[in-house]
Amino acid sequence: MSKENVLRVSDITMQFGGVVAVDDLSLEVNKGEIIGLIGPNGAGKTTAFNVITGVYAPTNGAVALNGEVIVENHPQGKMKNLYKGKNDGKYKDVKVLTPDKITKLGVARTFQNIRLYKGMTVFENVLVAMHMNLESGIFGATFRSGKAKREEAQMREDAMNLLRMFDLEKNKDDLATSLPYGKQRHLEIARALATKPKLLLLDEPAAGMNPQESAELMRLVERIRDEFDLSVLMIEHHMQVVMGICERIYVLDYGALIAQGNPEEIQNNPRVIEAYLGVDD
Amino acid sequence: MTEERLTARCLSKKTKYILSAAAIIAVLALVWVLEQNIPPTSSWSMLFTVIKKGAIYSLVVVSMNLLNGFTGLFSLGQAGFMLIGAYAYAIFAIPVEAKDSVYQYYEPLIGFSVPEMLTNAMGGAGTVGGTLGEYLGVIILMLFAGLVTAGIAFLIGLPVLRLKSDYLAIASLGFAEIIRTIFQWDGLGSVTNGSNLLRKFPTFSSSLFPLIVSGLCIAIIVLLINSSYGRAFKAIRDDEIAAEAMGVNLFKHKQLSFVISSFFTGIGGAMLAMFQATVNATPFTSNMTYELLLIVVIGGIGSVTGSVIGSFLFIACSEWWLRFLDEGQFLGMDADFMRPGFRKVVFALIIICIVLFYSRGIMGTREFSWDGVFNFFRTLPTRLVAFFKALPGRLVAFFKALPGRIVKFFKTLPSRISGKVKKLTGKTKNSKNNHINNTDKREEAQ
Repeated sequence: MSKENVLRVSDITMQFGGVVAVDDLSLEVNKGEIIGLIGPNGAGKTTAFNVITGVYAPTNGAVALNGEVIVENHPQGKMKNLYKGKNDGKYKDVKVLTPDKITKLGVARTFQNIRLYKGMTVFENVLVAMHMNLESGIFGATFRSGKAKREEAQMREDAMNLLRMFDLEKNKDDLATSLPYGKQRHLEIARALATKPKLLLLDEPAAGMNPQESAELMRLVERIRDEFDLSVLMIEHHMQVVMGICERIYVLDYGALIAQGNPEEIQNNPRVIEAYLGVDD
Repeated sequence: MTEERLTARCLSKKTKYILSAAAIIAVLALVWVLEQNIPPTSSWSMLFTVIKKGAIYSLVVVSMNLLNGFTGLFSLGQAGFMLIGAYAYAIFAIPVEAKDSVYQYYEPLIGFSVPEMLTNAMGGAGTVGGTLGEYLGVIILMLFAGLVTAGIAFLIGLPVLRLKSDYLAIASLGFAEIIRTIFQWDGLGSVTNGSNLLRKFPTFSSSLFPLIVSGLCIAIIVLLINSSYGRAFKAIRDDEIAAEAMGVNLFKHKQLSFVISSFFTGIGGAMLAMFQATVNATPFTSNMTYELLLIVVIGGIGSVTGSVIGSFLFIACSEWWLRFLDEGQFLGMDADFMRPGFRKVVFALIIICIVLFYSRGIMGTREFSWDGVFNFFRTLPTRLVAFFKALPGRLVAFFKALPGRIVKFFKTLPSRISGKVKKLTGKTKNSKNNHINNTDKREEAQ
């Protein structure tokens, strides 16, 4: 059973000065999968996300989306001597895209420490994420050309539908930061979905949620995956959530991949227990 | 019952349009009638100076707010861009016969005048077509001034907009000063007349002209802010990282905001040239930028309405209402300290008070709306009654608590002072750690 590949991260190493934050990480996400990325604090999970979304250019390695390389790099300049990772010389090209370009290609994300637009309403927060698909130029948009009006109306309708799905339509005109914490997390997911992604990266979506909210979140993620025809890669600390919905799990420790497999395999893996689960439970 | 009366009610869109149109026509008609009836010798003629300069400043301040308040770019190049606009207008508007008397020390390089050419082309001076031609020429030149300013802003933006916050402010301030020095440079004398005045170009006499032009330009800025692009600007202001993650091209949008803001600043500069009837690079220093920034803050960072109100109040105070402080009279007596310049002392005190106690400005981030106005007046009686009902109780409570508060203030004063001193000395000891933290942050930002 070979599924269509969506994301392929190959041999990513991210080194800051002398510190190797992500060490030779390779992972794959196939169409329709929900994949977990776990590991103790400081293992390099968020750094891996930042590499995939273009916030950081990796020191070495490549990222491919739908079989097309979107990011590729190898040690350059001072890093040539400093480089401590593996696979030196395997990657020859340099390709670096800014985060907005990668989002346009279909990768959307949420943030570990919620990053909503503080001065804007819930509705506007979602509308902003649709701005990148706007076809009318700045003159058309300012002077309200026919096309711009149609696009704006369409955007508003789509945004309303999204808010309805997340049960946020009553809070439409509230300031985003005035929402309770759980709803802010939902709004972040709604905003990410507004960019019409193929791959959704969730950075600790269940952080700070109680067991009941976590259970709701699990159902929500599965529903999103089915309705929007997505693949999901999530960082999560709640084992209940990770073991409950992830089809495969990658475990990071000190930047390096120590295990991968389905939830049962991970739960019984001695290295994982040593590094992570043994401490947690 | 009261609750229902206090909830906001909305007017229909059509009513709002009618109200806005009526208000605009009423203001313009009022200004026109006043202009016909107030003689220039009257002390009330100061009103027109305030309207003219206030309208021009409104436009410049609103375009500065577009950058600072809506896109979150702390840019301080406004005076430089106004200067470009003013010169771009003046240089091409001086009539050909007047050129020799204006460019006394140089050979004028630009041998034509756009308004004059159009006047002649459309029927010559004195005819209806000629007058229309002159107006057309002036408007074309104002657009030209805006475009030149926008073009130069585009070039300056290429390096400058890659910087953030304070660094952007310093770099843009520097560029503005460079622009001023270049325009005063002797080597460009045949175009800019060096450090001498440019004058004798067409100006406006009625206050309606700046009011209408500024009004139109501000309306366009408001439309922009309320469009999808405006939302993208605000997203950049609120969170750059999140904006970029949601597909907003940071550099492109910052550049757009910078160029558009400069375009309207250039038009504002051209109008300022017309208002002053002469152009000289000397007053376009960073002081002017600070003045504009001050109005942005007084009006409210992120409020167009606030910027407009702030501009008119600021100009009215500095040009008119506080003039009496300079005239050496106090309550009918001679007062030595009320000499010229005292106005500025009082003005500075007022501004310090505003910044200290009212730091969100007049409007904060709110905007004018008809709904707001109506709801304000509808709920006013209820609120006034509630206020006066509560007043005696509050006053009594205040005076009852006062002695205790004063005692507490002086009792805790020594410990608070020593606490502050400790904090300050502690900071210097920790400066090494701070440095390490900073480098970490920088790495994170990369």
